[in-house]
Amino acid sequence: MSPFLQIGFGVLTVAAAMCLYRIARGPSAPDRTVAIDILGTLVVGFCCLMALWTRQDYYMNIAIAWALISFVCTLAMAKFLEGRSYDA
Amino acid sequence: MKRLLGFVGALLLWLLLFWSLNIWVIAAGVGVAAVATALLGSIAPDGLERVLCLRRVGYFLLYLPYFLYYCVRANFDVMLRVVHPDVPIRPGIVKLPTTLKSEMAKTFLANSITLTPGTLTLDIDGQDMYVHWINIDTDDVKKRTAEICGRFEPMLRRIFE
Amino acid sequence: MLETICYWLVGIGLAFDFFGCLGLVRLPDVYNRAQAATKCVTLGTCMILFGVALGAFGGVSVAMGVKALLCAMFILLTSPVGAHAICRGAYLSGVPLWEGSAEDAFKERAERIREEEIEELGEESGVQREKAQAS
Repeated sequence: MSPFLQIGFGVLTVAAAMCLYRIARGPSAPDRTVAIDILGTLVVGFCCLMALWTRQDYYMNIAIAWALISFVCTLAMAKFLEGRSYDA
Repeated sequence: MKRLLGFVGALLLWLLLFWSLNIWVIAAGVGVAAVATALLGSIAPDGLERVLCLRRVGYFLLYLPYFLYYCVRANFDVMLRVVHPDVPIRPGIVKLPTTLKSEMAKTFLANSITLTPGTLTLDIDGQDMYVHWINIDTDDVKKRTAEICGRFEPMLRRIFE
Repeated sequence: MLETICYWLVGIGLAFDFFGCLGLVRLPDVYNRAQAATKCVTLGTCMILFGVALGAFGGVSVAMGVKALLCAMFILLTSPVGAHAICRGAYLSGVPLWEGSAEDAFKERAERIREEEIEELGEESGVQREKAQAS
């Protein structure tokens, strides 16, 4: 693995850790939903780096499927939030 | 017409994803596209056949780099705000009128606004848009409209209306 | 040459991703967080995908490049819709704006939406009651 990809994986890991911090801290349900959405997009980035590293094209299939499913998940969460009020 | 376009679009997407012209791939694609169009054809937006007009496609291709420029500028703007030690923001939700008529154009306007300078569309109600703005710098409604919608409206009107 | 551009695009995209997540941690309320995170991470990931597409067209396989471009298109189309849905849901579920906010024009509209929903719910339960009585 080239140093560029090593740094890239490091940066994405730190970014994902910040998302996890937001998921753990809250303070409200929509905050967590936003962080989960962003985490889904970061996973697509991970897939791209894996594709660059291994030169296999099936990682892009994973990326596409992940992007679409995370979108559906976000919409479902948003619809769920719309109807009721949460504080904690 | 609407369903036919949907079918062709779905088939095209399938072929792009597989990137091979094997006879079985095409046969399976035709089957899947037919099922998808039969199930979901009724929710496709009206007036889809207007997309075929060459002038509109040309304007759309012009719109993409224009939009990308503002998108990158917006990202640098937000990035500087985040990195700045004091986090200089003045957020709020503002109400803006839009002059676009068709639903498709309004959807694209809302998406463009969400991806550009510090603004996020919350809701559209008829001709009013509710926009969350990260740094409100003027109280005048006209200036606000010019700043947020004015950049995209003329192009979008040419594309979709 | 193509390889160099590819790596530059991926590098810039990674930087955008990082700052977007930094915004997720630093900014004060849901709406601001959603703004910073959605914008930066969307453009960052799209840039990574464009970079991968360029690299793939240059050497690996055309199929991979096409898939990367399709994925970029999906993300550009879906992420603003997702952000809009979450923020609307957040407002309707009663998450307050940050204290430093200058203006709130959505309040009346949100109340109207809530009232409409309550009315609809009332009608539905009324219809169910009538059906139960009829049977």
